[in-house]
Amino acid sequence: MKRLVGLAALTAALMCGTAQAQQITVKIGVMSDMSSLYADIGGPGSTAAAKLAIADFTKANPNVKVELLSADHQNKADVGSSVVNQWFDVEKVDVVVDVPNSGVALAVSEIARVKNKAFIVSGAAASDLTGGKCNANTVHWTYDTWMLANGTAKALVKTGGDTWFFLTADYAFGHALERDSGAAVEASGGKVINKVRHPLNTNDFSSFLLQAQASKAKIIGLANAGGDTINSIKQGAEFGIVRGGQKFAGLLVFASDVNALGLNTAQGLTLTESWYWDLNDANRAWTKRWQAERAAAGKFPTMVQAGVYAGVTHYLKAVVAAKGASDGKAVIAEMKKMPTDDPLFGKGAVRADGRKVHDAYLLEVKKPAESKYPGDFYHLRATIPAAEAFRPLKDGNCPLASG
Amino acid sequence: MADIALPSVEAKSSRSEVIAFVLMVGFFIVAPAFIYPVFLMKALCFALFACAFNLLIGYGGLLSFGHALYFGWASYLTAHSAKVWGFPPELAILTGAATAALFGLVAGSLAIRRQGIYFAMITLALAQMMFFFALQAKFTGGEDGIQAVPRGYLFGLVNLNDQTNMYITTLVIFLAGFLLIYRIINSPFGEVLKAIRENEARAISLGYKTERYKLMAFVLSATLAGVAGGTKAIVLQIASLTDVNWPMSGEVVLMALVGGLGTVFGPVVGAFVIIAMQNYLAQVGQWVTVIQGVVFVVCVLLFRRGIIGELANLLRIRL
Amino acid sequence: MFEIFGIPSQALFGQLLLGLINGSFYALLSLGLAVIFGMLNIINFSHGAQYMMGAFVAFFLLHYFGLNYWVALVIAPIVVGAFGVLIERLFLQWLYKLDHLYGLLLTFGIALIVEGLFRNQFGSSGQPYQMPEQLTGGQNLGFMFLPNYRAWVIVLSLTVCLGTWFIIERTRLGAYLRAATENPTLVRAFGVNVSRMITLTYGFGVGLAALAGVMAAPIYNVSPQMGAELIIVVFAVVVIGGMGSIMGAIVTGFGLGVIEGLTKVFFPEASNTVIFVIMAIVLLVRPAGLFGRRA
Repeated sequence: MKRLVGLAALTAALMCGTAQAQQITVKIGVMSDMSSLYADIGGPGSTAAAKLAIADFTKANPNVKVELLSADHQNKADVGSSVVNQWFDVEKVDVVVDVPNSGVALAVSEIARVKNKAFIVSGAAASDLTGGKCNANTVHWTYDTWMLANGTAKALVKTGGDTWFFLTADYAFGHALERDSGAAVEASGGKVINKVRHPLNTNDFSSFLLQAQASKAKIIGLANAGGDTINSIKQGAEFGIVRGGQKFAGLLVFASDVNALGLNTAQGLTLTESWYWDLNDANRAWTKRWQAERAAAGKFPTMVQAGVYAGVTHYLKAVVAAKGASDGKAVIAEMKKMPTDDPLFGKGAVRADGRKVHDAYLLEVKKPAESKYPGDFYHLRATIPAAEAFRPLKDGNCPLASG
Repeated sequence: MADIALPSVEAKSSRSEVIAFVLMVGFFIVAPAFIYPVFLMKALCFALFACAFNLLIGYGGLLSFGHALYFGWASYLTAHSAKVWGFPPELAILTGAATAALFGLVAGSLAIRRQGIYFAMITLALAQMMFFFALQAKFTGGEDGIQAVPRGYLFGLVNLNDQTNMYITTLVIFLAGFLLIYRIINSPFGEVLKAIRENEARAISLGYKTERYKLMAFVLSATLAGVAGGTKAIVLQIASLTDVNWPMSGEVVLMALVGGLGTVFGPVVGAFVIIAMQNYLAQVGQWVTVIQGVVFVVCVLLFRRGIIGELANLLRIRL
Repeated sequence: MFEIFGIPSQALFGQLLLGLINGSFYALLSLGLAVIFGMLNIINFSHGAQYMMGAFVAFFLLHYFGLNYWVALVIAPIVVGAFGVLIERLFLQWLYKLDHLYGLLLTFGIALIVEGLFRNQFGSSGQPYQMPEQLTGGQNLGFMFLPNYRAWVIVLSLTVCLGTWFIIERTRLGAYLRAATENPTLVRAFGVNVSRMITLTYGFGVGLAALAGVMAAPIYNVSPQMGAELIIVVFAVVVIGGMGSIMGAIVTGFGLGVIEGLTKVFFPEASNTVIFVIMAIVLLVRPAGLFGRRA
């Protein structure tokens, strides 16, 4: 159930100088998908990121003692909610971090609200977390579906990709992605020609791809995720979609997907992320530390893992400001009150609805010949300023935003 | 019919069962003092689910590989009726159970047209089909599931948000289901079922309309699986795709197999073992499916009677 | 150009062809299941996992040994088939005297183990596999663009299916196999090593799954869960066809591929459920399956 990571020794060693400061204890639980679908995006890498954040923070604030637990929710909402219930009731955990998989994240958010604890989301994509289902105990850090869809759609329309065909996974998530990005396309002056809804986990996309090809749309928007996205792009290459002049836009694509496709197949794919390891020196330096902590030299941190680092850092600052972690709502309120500042996401803010806002980046997958070293995936095509990157506060229907 | 009835040690057997039952109830009464109650409630729901499944395989000889269909859809309907329609919990669970019964009737009447492994494959395929419906339907919330299901007030009186009340309610539902299954097994209906399991042709020649018995058993099993699923939705306040997807069907098979197919107490023990494994082995998370697979293989090769079956065999009693 | 139900006929031909290609995989997989079932009376639940292993072996060969797709087409089925032989010798052979259900449960357990191990080792997002150079590009058939690889899939699959059918139905070896299914004791009395025949049959069926896996690698995502969901559809195909005949499995496989392909055009939302619906209808009308004999 838990993996105790004692940082007590380190903390004790640094205690001496600040005897007058108040002693604060915090217990953090990293819950992620350690084994399946999202394990590469969050998973053990998120735990490593949290460890780095804690080490950095306690070095500067020796009066804060942090304990770290981690667990695997196995992508099951009921496993996730029982573990979190147990964490809050029995283990006295103060904050839960990460939680990729929107279903599990929404469940955890609700439990955090009922038990007045804190929840910092990095891995989950659902924009509902800061929309209709927002609450005062949750902060959504790294990204959400609205940001991804909107960023990619707007940027592509601006660069001439003004006619769209959507390949949509036929369930709530796919519909939401299609709706959000379709709206962005039309708001920027583009046009959605047609769409086709395919069942989740479809193996063969050839039929849908032919329909997309026949539509003559300039952009084929992939409102799907994971294996479906990979299969669409892989078979799109086979049917000569990109060679024929059409372009794929991944609305929810991660570096791990690009890796699964190989640059040869994925080249030219456009996508949005809020953090990329090779963007600047600070990110590269942190990546080195992360690789050492994770004991995986060949792996590269994702934006989700970077978000865990930044989220934990800001949370710990807020705990100090709130003089303790026991009141989840008070700590989250502090997080919203103070501006954020960390080495990975720079300066930013947490909005009233719990949405953390920062810049987002429009990236294009490099050709194999352009990739100089492992992990060299993207060209940076545009930077979307924080103010435009996320859904406007008033559009989210979050009750916290109006009051 | 006497010559087909299973050979049993009647006089001693019922006493051993009574003792085991008392021990079980005693355990559930003191357990919340030292085991986390939410875990216990979850395990109780799965125990009822496994018992319902066992009714079909253990006594009817029918291996359903699609029981997630009834469990999962009942939990959806319970969650939806409690949350959106504002049903009180008892009515919500009944709604779920009725849904499961209806699906059980339809799927059952299709599946019993074939025997053995075909039966297993048909139930699996139908469950997968309904999984896709659950995925695409609006009210299920797709990947997000139905969240924040209110526990509400039982009969308008008992506040289920209180952990103790919820625990007692879950325990009562479980025990009621358990005793009902026990009653079914030992009724004339149950005897006919066992006769069909042993030798269907013979049962037919004795004048039994075996298809009707099999369908009846199927619907009963589906309904009770539905009660389990509905209760789970109220306890954990969640209904999600996990409940209706095929690995869940596999899990309930595993629970019954580990505990002992065709034993009364086996599925309960099996459910607790498997749920405990999932919960307390979360730190080796990625290994859970591998471990489950190993348990399957080991059980099939070495412990086909399951924990309780082996124990009963050892002590020469019925459990 | 004329239209059928609002769809241009040319597009329809294209979709029919695509459906046939898709059906190639169903046919190969249900054929393997039927062969195994015929001999061992076991439903091989690990068939999906073995299909996945075939794709992964192709990936290993390419990335660690530099051996290309053509080599993989031969080696992967042998390697995975050998794995099947091992499974049969270690586990399955102890179950023949028991209820068939135990075979199902055991192979289900094996599927969980194999898929779990691969997921632990390779994560779940999948591995890249390049298409063999000789088969890139495609032909413009006038009514559609047919990638060469797809044409190859359909030719290879048909060849293998018909070859298997020929061996089992028309050769002496096949006659032994069929005889051993009917009456193993008698065949044993003729001096045929029946248990070795059973082992090799299982290996062969598993090899067919692996072959399908290699064929899938360049076009489908090579990931540990690639076989898990596919196998359930193949089960439905098998129920529809009935496992009584080899030809039945082949014809049903291709036929359902076409039907599924058409659904993708007319009613894409239902394209993953259509096979299950057909299964339900067949069960109502012909409970033993289209080609099955009433047990």
